[in-house]
Amino acid sequence: MPEITLPASLQGVEPVRSVRTPARLEYRYTAGEATTRFLLGIKQGKILGERAPGGKVYVPSRGADPQLGVPTSEQVELPAVGTLTSFCVVNVAFYGQGMEIPYTSGLILLDGSDLPIMHLIQECPVDDVRIGMRVEGVWVDDADLAPTLESIRYFRPNGEPDVEVVQPGEGVTW
Amino acid sequence: MIDVAVVATAQMPNVREETRLNEVEMLMPVLQEVRARAGLDQTEIGFTCSGSTDYLSGQAFSFVSTLDGVGPWPPIQESHVEMDGAWALYEAWVKLQLGEVDTALVYCYGKSAPGPVHEVLSRQLDPYHVAPLWPDAISLAALQARALLDAGKATEADLAEVAARSRRAALGNPNAQLAWDRSVEEILAEEPIVDPLRRSDCPPITDGACAVVLAAGDRARSITDRPAWIRGIDHRIEPMALGLRDLTRSASTATAGERAGVGTAPPDVVELHAPFTHQELILREALGLGEHGNVNPSGGALAANPIMVAGLTRIAEVADRILAGEAGRGVAHATSGPCLQQNLVCVLEGDR
Repeated sequence: MPEITLPASLQGVEPVRSVRTPARLEYRYTAGEATTRFLLGIKQGKILGERAPGGKVYVPSRGADPQLGVPTSEQVELPAVGTLTSFCVVNVAFYGQGMEIPYTSGLILLDGSDLPIMHLIQECPVDDVRIGMRVEGVWVDDADLAPTLESIRYFRPNGEPDVEVVQPGEGVTW
Repeated sequence: MIDVAVVATAQMPNVREETRLNEVEMLMPVLQEVRARAGLDQTEIGFTCSGSTDYLSGQAFSFVSTLDGVGPWPPIQESHVEMDGAWALYEAWVKLQLGEVDTALVYCYGKSAPGPVHEVLSRQLDPYHVAPLWPDAISLAALQARALLDAGKATEADLAEVAARSRRAALGNPNAQLAWDRSVEEILAEEPIVDPLRRSDCPPITDGACAVVLAAGDRARSITDRPAWIRGIDHRIEPMALGLRDLTRSASTATAGERAGVGTAPPDVVELHAPFTHQELILREALGLGEHGNVNPSGGALAANPIMVAGLTRIAEVADRILAGEAGRGVAHATSGPCLQQNLVCVLEGDR
């Protein structure tokens, strides 16, 4: 803090160094048509991707293909099975985490999709997690299915042999 | 200076609340329409610039996901302003002055409905002394209206006349959200909602989107027979503290208008971004428009007020009339911040 020169009447008074002005705003979120289709699928235990006219399949789709700037509208049901394209091991606790450390977050490219989703990798020691590992989703009980990605509790190794990973965007030229 | 023109525009029909589509789904048809009108695909656009604010959607970096609707892959040259799209247009105009690209896409979108917009807007105020009091946007505008009435510069009937004329003009605007035909007497019979402002003095809450394509020199002439040339553009800001400025005048609009060359010839059409009726009167005085008879033929922001969009829409409305050959010269104005804090003025002309 720089030196503050106070008038005589305030000499010896502790200067104000911070103020607390809480702010709270409530919003009605509109998921949109594509995200609504995806979330309603999850509620039924289905993963619905969407194909763009250029052939790419996005999951979840927000409604637009970033390659062409056009709507995605053809729905494609995808299996809850895919390949780990990258991962990180979380070793530090942070506010609101709610997870026992260490744990693994992964990018999972579901079979038939061109956009990996992010999820937890469990039932696998963190030292064994590797790119190319085949994984499967573990769903909550049917009665607990809800329109949220938390309806998939986590992904775990499915026992299939590892595969070669082509990173999304790799080999793209323009 | 490099000659830069608006060569195409598109607007989403304004609505009270878009509850079906998210921002990118809402914006995509507007982007497709404006590029189709210019006959350009995204690979032919040299620079893309957008205006929006995360405070409306309540999501951090919401504009990044909206970019998916542009088609930013392979990577594009892009920028964003946390401001009305009119300032995105200003940035694109500066970019075109560098001469490295000769086309630009400018777009903006705003869903004012998801959050409590009049309270959301209070978050742009002084965070220590003013924002904690949560003054809503209508109350701040009412302070300004009261000052104007008290100074004897306008009467409540003058305000009602602006409301009546704007909503009547909006009857001819297919993109307008609020249009009606009521007399000044009927409006004056309304009880004020935040005295001295009546409901008719206030803008509607609106979800909307607007886009324009800019092009330089011969590129503009190759796209359209009659480009709407930007002859002058300038923007100015005033201090944050409301008590530091004379709320009955708009000094920043006057300076921006002078720098943009508003006074060099009379305009055929004027579009002023005045969300509240009394603000049109302040802006008329600042730009020396007097009793000009063709102000806000679209109905202005009183007919539709999508936050972050209503300013660029003014430029688009003037450009449309020049592109269509209905006007030779026009003035467009955009505002931002409480009580006309920041103002942009743009003068557009067609070839004679």
